[in-house]
Amino acid sequence: MPLTLYDKLWNEHLVQTDDTNESLIYIDRHYLHEVTSPQAFEGLRHKNLKPWRLDANIATPDHNVPTDRGNEFDAASIKDEVAKIQVVELDKNCNSFGIHQFDITSNKQGIVHVMGPELGYTLPGMTIVCGDSHTSTHGAFGCLAMGIGTSEVEHVLATQCLKITKLKNMQVNFNGVPQRGVTSKDIVLHLIKLIGTAGGTGHAIEFSGSYISSLSMESRMTICNMAIEAGAKVGLIEVDSTTLDYVKHHSNLSDSMFNQASEYWMTLKSDLDANFDKTINIDVSEIKPQITWGTSPEMTIDFDANIPTQEDVDEASHENLLLAKTYMGLDDSKTLQDLRFDRVFIGSCTNSRIEDLRDAASVINGKQVSEDITEAIVVPGSGMVKAQAEAEGLDKIFINAGFLWRDPGCSMCLGMNPDQLQPYERCASTSNRNFEGRQGNLGRTHLMSPLMAALTAINGKIIDPLS
Amino acid sequence: MTNPIITGIVATFDRDNIDTDQIIPTEYLKSIKKFGFGDFLFDGWRYLDEGRLDMVSDERSKNHEFILNKEPYTNSEILLTRDNFGCGSSREHAVWALRDFGFKAVIASSFGDIFYNNCFKNSVLPIILSKDKINHLFEICSSSPTNFEIDLMKKNIKFDGESSYSFDVKESLLDRIVNNLDDVDITLKHKNHIKAFEQTRRTQRPWLFDYSN
Ligand code: SF4
Repeated sequence: MPLTLYDKLWNEHLVQTDDTNESLIYIDRHYLHEVTSPQAFEGLRHKNLKPWRLDANIATPDHNVPTDRGNEFDAASIKDEVAKIQVVELDKNCNSFGIHQFDITSNKQGIVHVMGPELGYTLPGMTIVCGDSHTSTHGAFGCLAMGIGTSEVEHVLATQCLKITKLKNMQVNFNGVPQRGVTSKDIVLHLIKLIGTAGGTGHAIEFSGSYISSLSMESRMTICNMAIEAGAKVGLIEVDSTTLDYVKHHSNLSDSMFNQASEYWMTLKSDLDANFDKTINIDVSEIKPQITWGTSPEMTIDFDANIPTQEDVDEASHENLLLAKTYMGLDDSKTLQDLRFDRVFIGSCTNSRIEDLRDAASVINGKQVSEDITEAIVVPGSGMVKAQAEAEGLDKIFINAGFLWRDPGCSMCLGMNPDQLQPYERCASTSNRNFEGRQGNLGRTHLMSPLMAALTAINGKIIDPLS
Repeated sequence: MTNPIITGIVATFDRDNIDTDQIIPTEYLKSIKKFGFGDFLFDGWRYLDEGRLDMVSDERSKNHEFILNKEPYTNSEILLTRDNFGCGSSREHAVWALRDFGFKAVIASSFGDIFYNNCFKNSVLPIILSKDKINHLFEICSSSPTNFEIDLMKKNIKFDGESSYSFDVKESLLDRIVNNLDDVDITLKHKNHIKAFEQTRRTQRPWLFDYSN
């Protein structure tokens, strides 16, 4: 029987399946961070258990670390007492259980989903889990990767397995060549607009087609990262020569081991006539830059389209529309271009890789951040990205234009560290969630690509990238 | 064994896509404990001031329009909502907050996948019904405070006296709620099986075990 990539990964890791359809899946890689792990370690202690396989685990603090750390900063320097406890707790837990951590002082520390692949901990064909929904990012390497809850973090630590039910298969084919100024972020936002935030629920989405094959690993990660915003906890892309090139460059496997593995990795594709429960075809050449107007990632429109009114949606959605418009302060604005922005955030596990920073820097052209913008920050996803960007002189471009150049972390993607919006501030953000309060109490988030965010910083408002 | 009948007042949230950031805002994820999140449930809607982990509910400024601040809904045990409840972040704190507030069941037309799984680890039963049935239940609850009775064994929801809707849920998942089972204990019964699987994997895919940090 022809199999999908997801089926193949599932079969490869299936330890056992019971008669109720729940299965035990073996986990190859487990990433941990400070926020969703403390209660799991506590559970282990309570049961007097040790981690099953230490070398499968990699930890780093990312969610609540400040991003203006500079030199000589350690966990004890964190001012927010509650956040400090969590970072210190991760140090303690990793030390006492023997888990490898890139701690807050490490020059490799970063957002776990940015750091893992670039250090070669993410390898094709792995099962990867983390107590974080954006674990779907690693699906870009042909991995079965998904976010889990804290009870499951404990379960994986204790048993090296996850107890789950098999998902259905969904395929999204992206073909064509995108217009200038359109990035993978726009493509994935367009998909979410089309199928909604529950469109992929219960499914693993495989992204395929000529557009996907043409993408770098960085852009592929941006797309898989946001599979969860389309409701799918798993996003997948088949392994090809782009994948292998990246892995060769980033992992420290010996040549012979790499060659042996590559033979297997190249089989990680859906069979030609594999059956998908749902298939969607999208021509990317028609997609314009996408920006969210509301409080859910599906509330997305073309950058130059009108913000929807009650007439544009069915009656059942009137209430949702009204709530979102009120929250976002969109009473009289007809288009996104009518809005004035207060802040710009370039970062997060969606868009803080080197390619994203190059994209953003490329449109600055010696111009200055608009006087209307209170603060524009660029937060590289990891220590490695930061060093690379500095080697390329990107930091200078940002700093000279008036952006703040920060240290790695989740930063303003979520209101958990000092980088937060003030009430009613409007932010152009390259992150992944525009939920109410996500970037700070009563803050207003518009999701977009790094390129559009940089342009918004320069102009104080949204403009046509081709003008 | 948990009481297999849940009877309680139904709080209604007439809204799609309620994400886990709304159920419990990020600020409270700084706690390293597994309990004590009930006061922060739906914090952004429930209070007028901005909350912090060290704040006491009674001393905060409440939004009296919000359903969970109104009697008798302060004692709700069942939540009725619409589509895609619990989407977004994987934070199990969302379920801990619902549980700590006193919710024992959530009825919706669909749930975020990760949230759905997290519920069963914490004795909160997520129930999926068709949109038509959800509409009907909303109508029933619209005029005055309403009680539902949920029978975990018979897998049905009784409303309006004798009428009921049955629902579907995997036995093994339900079993965890009814018998308070712990997944780690169950899985470790298969320890030898996992070890054997791992050993084969070590031979067949050696690069996964040949990694120096
Ligand atoms: S950058 Fe944002 S979405 Fe990504 S892991 Fe951090 S908080 Fe989560």
